Amino acid sequence: MKQFQYQRASTQQGVLEAISKPGTKIIAGGTNLVDHMKHGLIAPDKLVDITHLPLKGITPTKTGLHLGTLALNSVVSEDALVLQKQPLLSMALKAGASPQLRNMATVGGNMMQRTRCTYFYDTTMPCNKREPGTGCGAMEGYNRMHAIFGASAQCIAVHPSDMCVALAALDATVIVVGKKGQRHIPFTEFHRLPDDHPELDNHLAKDEMIIGVDIPDNNFAKNSYYLKVRDRQSYAFALVSVAAALDLSGGTIKKARLAMGGVAHKPWRLFEAEKFMEGKSVTEETFKQAAQIALQGAKAYEYNAFKLKLAPASIVEALKQASGLA
Amino acid sequence: MTNDHPTSGITRVDGRLKVTGAIRYAAEYPFPGLVYGALVSSTIAKGTITGINSKAAENLPGVVAVISHLNAPKVPGYQGKGDEDGPVLKTFNDNKIYFNGQPVVLVIANTFERAKYAASQIKITYQQEKHQTNIEAGLRDTIKPWGDGSDYVRGQANAYQTAPVKIEAEYRTPIHVHNAMEPFAMTALWNGDKVTVYTKSQYIKGMQREIMSMFNLPEENVTVNSKVIGGAFGSGSPLWPYAKAALIGAKMIGKPLKVVIDRGQMFTMVGYRSPAIQKLGMGATADGKLVGITHLATGETATYEQFAEGITSTTNILYDCPNVNTQYRITKLDLSVPTYTRGPGETTGVFALESAMDELAHALNMDPLELRKKNYSERDQEENLPWSSKYLNECYEMGAAHFGWEKRNQKPGSVTKDGWLVGYGVSNGVYGAGRAPCVAKARLSADGILLIQSSTSDMGPGTATVMVKIASGIINIPVENIKFELGNSSLPAAPGEYGSMTTSSVGSAVYDVCTALNEQFNQLDGKSGTAHPDYTRILKEHNLPYVEVTHKSQGSPDAQKFSTHAYCVHFVEVNVHPTLGTVKVTRVVAALDGGKILNPITARSQVIGGAVWGIGMALMEGGVLDHRYGKYVNNSLGDYHVASNADVPQIEVLFVDKADPVTNPMGSKGIGEVTIVGFAAAVANAVFNATGKRVRDLPITPDKLV
Ligand SMILES: Cc1cc2nc3c(=O)[nH]c(=O)nc-3n(C[C@H](O)[C@H](O)[C@H](O)COP(=O)(O)OP(=O)(O)OC[C@H]3O[C@@H](n4cnc5c(N)ncnc54)[C@H](O)[C@@H]3O)c2cc1C
Ligand code: SF4
Repeated sequence: MKQFQYQRASTQQGVLEAISKPGTKIIAGGTNLVDHMKHGLIAPDKLVDITHLPLKGITPTKTGLHLGTLALNSVVSEDALVLQKQPLLSMALKAGASPQLRNMATVGGNMMQRTRCTYFYDTTMPCNKREPGTGCGAMEGYNRMHAIFGASAQCIAVHPSDMCVALAALDATVIVVGKKGQRHIPFTEFHRLPDDHPELDNHLAKDEMIIGVDIPDNNFAKNSYYLKVRDRQSYAFALVSVAAALDLSGGTIKKARLAMGGVAHKPWRLFEAEKFMEGKSVTEETFKQAAQIALQGAKAYEYNAFKLKLAPASIVEALKQASGLA
Repeated sequence: MTNDHPTSGITRVDGRLKVTGAIRYAAEYPFPGLVYGALVSSTIAKGTITGINSKAAENLPGVVAVISHLNAPKVPGYQGKGDEDGPVLKTFNDNKIYFNGQPVVLVIANTFERAKYAASQIKITYQQEKHQTNIEAGLRDTIKPWGDGSDYVRGQANAYQTAPVKIEAEYRTPIHVHNAMEPFAMTALWNGDKVTVYTKSQYIKGMQREIMSMFNLPEENVTVNSKVIGGAFGSGSPLWPYAKAALIGAKMIGKPLKVVIDRGQMFTMVGYRSPAIQKLGMGATADGKLVGITHLATGETATYEQFAEGITSTTNILYDCPNVNTQYRITKLDLSVPTYTRGPGETTGVFALESAMDELAHALNMDPLELRKKNYSERDQEENLPWSSKYLNECYEMGAAHFGWEKRNQKPGSVTKDGWLVGYGVSNGVYGAGRAPCVAKARLSADGILLIQSSTSDMGPGTATVMVKIASGIINIPVENIKFELGNSSLPAAPGEYGSMTTSSVGSAVYDVCTALNEQFNQLDGKSGTAHPDYTRILKEHNLPYVEVTHKSQGSPDAQKFSTHAYCVHFVEVNVHPTLGTVKVTRVVAALDGGKILNPITARSQVIGGAVWGIGMALMEGGVLDHRYGKYVNNSLGDYHVASNADVPQIEVLFVDKADPVTNPMGSKGIGEVTIVGFAAAVANAVFNATGKRVRDLPITPDKLV
């Protein structure tokens, strides 16, 4: 890879100054960024290491739980407060990557990780995300892992994160900071669809950084489940995944949260299906109907047509597990 | 003897060195002034190079040289070589491109990182030609790899069609990439017209010969070192293009040069298992006696070199059947050449054969194990020879009892547990137990140390360990005083470590040389036939520093009168999720006839390794090409899935452990390959038993069952 400068930041201000210059990238755990550099997808002049900033904390707030951007994926997944209040998040994290990677990966880095689309990774192939205007290699190519929701004519990639699917379901908020101060972005609006700008994964501005995530308290802890369907039992990205969280009263669904991974350019929250389930009774039939609603508008490509069957089956299974029907 | 936890025997003699990192792998030899090479791969599948712009790369700091066909010296061994001379990809000889990912430029720099970066700055232009990399398209245009030997008929061809109960099916297996942990590497050091290399090689003497012929050198001018190998599985025998590049590069610049290939390059530069499309027809009488088997297979090869393997050969011999016809074809594609991959040929063919047996058993409504027993072959019907030993029935009995096969429900899809469908499957593995001539030297010194040497290698099975074990049975000294040295071409000649014959070949040489050593001591002592001479006393009395014997061993001509094979029966339990299509292998019992088991603890590891790769083959492995570019789209360990720990259950290993009277003096039969042969069929058969769905194209991923 190209030679680069390395700077260890000791203040937030220092990071913001560094990233205001073009060619500078933040490095946290480095598990995604360094891969990109090795594959020649990016060649930054300078890396600013943020891992020495005091942003590792997992702390209770008045309304919920705050995760510092540098909290490690492994630490979050084992944290007592997380396990007690948001077990869905712990399950999603543990379904991701491998223990070695989770020991390095951070909350912010996980949110900012880029698609695993193989054409994106191969600089000899066309890819609108890597090099706008070159075409989409996956569209007519090997698109088994690709999107069934929200894709565009430019890009059909999926966001690969498990953690983000849980955070989208849990109504989390992302806290970012830039020169002009802090912004709060609802988690479901942090990542974006490809539209005409597949090179952009999310709404974080170039000169902003993530400092943490807030998760509001809820009543989902007893009835939540993260289901990940993959080609092997560990260490593989999701074919599809489902984060299901239910607030039950007797046999009735008071509130439902449902999000999917492996199906869209962003964690795919299923608002319509959630609304449908609220007030309904906990039955397999309810879940099947919700799954049907969820799949409205889904579109498959040559190699991922199986997701049209696997996605609803996964929704039903996740809801059964969450509700105790299974 | 049966032992489900066979942990007896000696542990690996190099185990401590390996786990402490003290042992040196191919890429870990330091030399003063060492420089590093990085290979640039072609980005088209077929055509010619029209230009190479290396200016930017050459101007980068630390870059020593950029080598390609434009400036490489003529290699003597490249002149007039044809297919029969082995790998014929003449690296840096001309501008022809035969496959996407072909090494075309070598960039040398004073650090690895600089070489890599400079390599990324090379710009190559091509004249592209239309390519074909799809075996499905290649089906129309095939060749007979072995001429008439590609076809076999016994009795009536296609007789299965006349049988009262018959099945016909087509099976597909994908490319399998060996993906050994250790990437390939070679460090080459020239000294005038002498060259020494450090690399990983399954066939040290073979590689020495290839280098000799490449540069027209006498044997004493070429030294090949391969002390330890981090896995090879068949990929480590030829002198691959990266190695040719290292040899050419080091000679050109006159410095020690190390070339290491990266994971992506492991997909196109060091072979792979050919994909295959196979048609099976099988027929039986209503009570399950086989009437006929027809097995037609097509594999692939490169356009520049031919590779063929015995995909249909097991079908000719596994079952007692009057009518068998098999046919093997290959199609030339614009891909790198395939090579031997654990259980080459058999692994592919037996997946189809043993799946078909299961399909036939289902059609007959018969227990698939009963069907196999009913058609037990008592002799090799292809060669018309008796078996030297065959304890397959013992494997069936032992394995079935241990596994609890009698609990299998014949009706597919009828057993569930905790919401998962449960299925049982069984399959045979068979592999020829060969032996090749081998020389070993033994020296017993006054300090009581026995040193045995042979130029074999150890790609992981524990070669040195079993050799020490064999020697310890003959030379009566403490095991820790026995040393076995391998991994250097100047040691006595050994065959390649492949074909499951190392223990048989090298082990026989060790056995014989130790026996000869005992005789020498007895002679000195004026005795004959003493099993345990008093070595140090005898040396002292004769005032000798040591006694040394060199011995060449080869099988007796009698071996020709028998057909010799190792057998492995896999019993597998799977859980299949009824709506998600995910498959978990939950139990494995492998029952093995490998003759006399010489060192159970390492033998067991072989069986576990075969089962683990078998799980990978059944459920997840497959190289995927985008045929538009003729290029892999999953050439990393993140995308090409091998079994993870979570995918592997407890694997129980049972040995019949009865000596084969013919193969070698130890009575062993090679077990390296047989343990993967058939395994994937056992899984596919179990999936069918669980779900009623027959998956005929591997791997069995959730999308095929959902
Ligand atoms: C083999 C493999 C398998 C994997 N499997 C899975 C899986 O199954 N599921 C899954 O969810 N993930 C998986 N991952 C991805 C893994 O979760 C991510 O690599 C990891 O979360 C990234 O975190 P990091 O801290 O290492 O990020 P880095 O690599 O340090 O950074 C990633 C990106 O985030 C940016 N960044 C980091 N922190 C900030 C910040 N505070 N503000 C702004 N930008 C920031 C960096 O500039 C960079 O662009 C896998 C990764 C690998 C290599
Ligand atoms: S799907 Fe998106 S990331 Fe993949 S090739 Fe197309 S544009 Fe690139």
